Amino acid sequence: MKCQHCDKPATFHITELTSGKPQELHLCEDHAREYLTQSNAEPASATSMASVLAHQMAQQMAVGQTAEELAQLDQTACPVCGITFYDFRSQGRLGCPYDYIAFQSQLEPLILNVHGELEHVGKTPSRSGKGTEERTQLIRLRREMAEAVRAEEYERAKELRDKIRNIEAGGS
Amino acid sequence: MQLEDLTFNDSEWLRGSGPESDIVISSRIRLARNLADFPFISRATDQDRIEIERALKGAVLGLSDAKELIYVDVAQLPGLDRQFLVERQLISREHAESRGARSVAIDCGEKFSVMINEEDHLRMQVMQSGLDLRSAWERINAIDNHVEQKVTYAYHDRLGYLTACPTNVGTGMRVSVMLHLPALVITRQIEKVFRSLQKISLAVRGLYGEGSQAMGDFYQISNQITLGRSEEELIKQVGDIVPVIIEYERQARNFLIKESQENLHDRVSRAYGILRNAQTISSEETMHLLSSVRMGVNLGLISDLQIPLVNSLFIHTQPAHLQKIRGVELSSADRNIERARYLRRHLSPDENAENHSGNN
Repeated sequence: MKCQHCDKPATFHITELTSGKPQELHLCEDHAREYLTQSNAEPASATSMASVLAHQMAQQMAVGQTAEELAQLDQTACPVCGITFYDFRSQGRLGCPYDYIAFQSQLEPLILNVHGELEHVGKTPSRSGKGTEERTQLIRLRREMAEAVRAEEYERAKELRDKIRNIEAGGS
Repeated sequence: MQLEDLTFNDSEWLRGSGPESDIVISSRIRLARNLADFPFISRATDQDRIEIERALKGAVLGLSDAKELIYVDVAQLPGLDRQFLVERQLISREHAESRGARSVAIDCGEKFSVMINEEDHLRMQVMQSGLDLRSAWERINAIDNHVEQKVTYAYHDRLGYLTACPTNVGTGMRVSVMLHLPALVITRQIEKVFRSLQKISLAVRGLYGEGSQAMGDFYQISNQITLGRSEEELIKQVGDIVPVIIEYERQARNFLIKESQENLHDRVSRAYGILRNAQTISSEETMHLLSSVRMGVNLGLISDLQIPLVNSLFIHTQPAHLQKIRGVELSSADRNIERARYLRRHLSPDENAENHSGNN
């Protein structure tokens, strides 16, 4: 397949999802670079880092993936806060700390692209690690409890409440 | 101490003291933190926000010098006061404009502010006048340690401190230095400097952060990367590049003096003349002219002005400050008249004699 803008072979197949309907682009390396840098520069002037990032990521992810595969990735939801990867992609903000685990495979290339690294060095909390993830589960438990109350499943709500209290009290 | 008392205070970052303070306005370090057991702000319910605020308020007010803290409920604050805090760089525009329970704790010397429920649950920042990242880091590190005794931060063994936006993950730290670079702007070298900074992953922003214009030739240089480098390395990266830029700015100033002393002197004097005589003046024009005057004072082309006064005029002539000082809300046209009056009163010797000299 030829590049849409010149006679060179198209090596980049980009599915642009940021403007509503998926739009397929077939570009040679030069035109792909031009396209990616150009559209990155646009929102940078007026909008926040987050939307620039989301935009950049949408493009980055889209390289080499079909719209179908993308749609599937987009529907992955975080079991703790409930946001889908699409929600993050469109807002540029994550929903809870557990998203870093739930969307690990999608986020890693992005984090690597921004920071060039995947491992934190530097300060650690002195009361480090222990119980942090368990506390994050409180987000899910509270959400489930609210849902149980709404559905008038009081037995279940009570069980969840006890679990929550237990974790909040520092037990396990 | 209350919010009103800040009006005539000189912000720490405008004191005009500290190392390299002719070019470096201020050094600033901020840390982003989140509680482990609540959703990030974009998913937080109203109730979540209230509880996050309660938990963090307790932790922040427990700071050892808490009696000197001003705690402000930003959600209940009138728009003018929120704008006032933005102009003083004590809260972000996002914090001023968002909705729901949110607050800020400010120390009365305005050396640090802690925003609760901004983009992250906690955004702490420390400001120092001049180039002094070392003190800023020691201070913010101590505050962070203190808060951490009271709450459990969202932290991942491999990724570090977890933030609402992956651009801040890891250290959650933004080190930034605000520079006044008028000569690089006049000699059109500023773009070149930016491009080389971007190559080494440093970001350049205007006076009021993301997306703001470089008003008054002020630029903030900060780290883009937050993961995979220690706090010390990040401080060093920014701290090492600043003297280089200072040197470029000094060379550009020397060049202007050598090549076109008359032009430069003329530019500075005209700026001073307009500021001392205008009857109505916009905020943009004021910033632009004050920038020339500030450089003129630093180069000895203006001898009857002090830098701290010039620095404070940059902020006191901003829209919300003018209205707070005047004590009434003013239309844009009235602000321009009030701004010109304020400038005349503080810059012209005659009017100075009749009035109180203000806060220089």
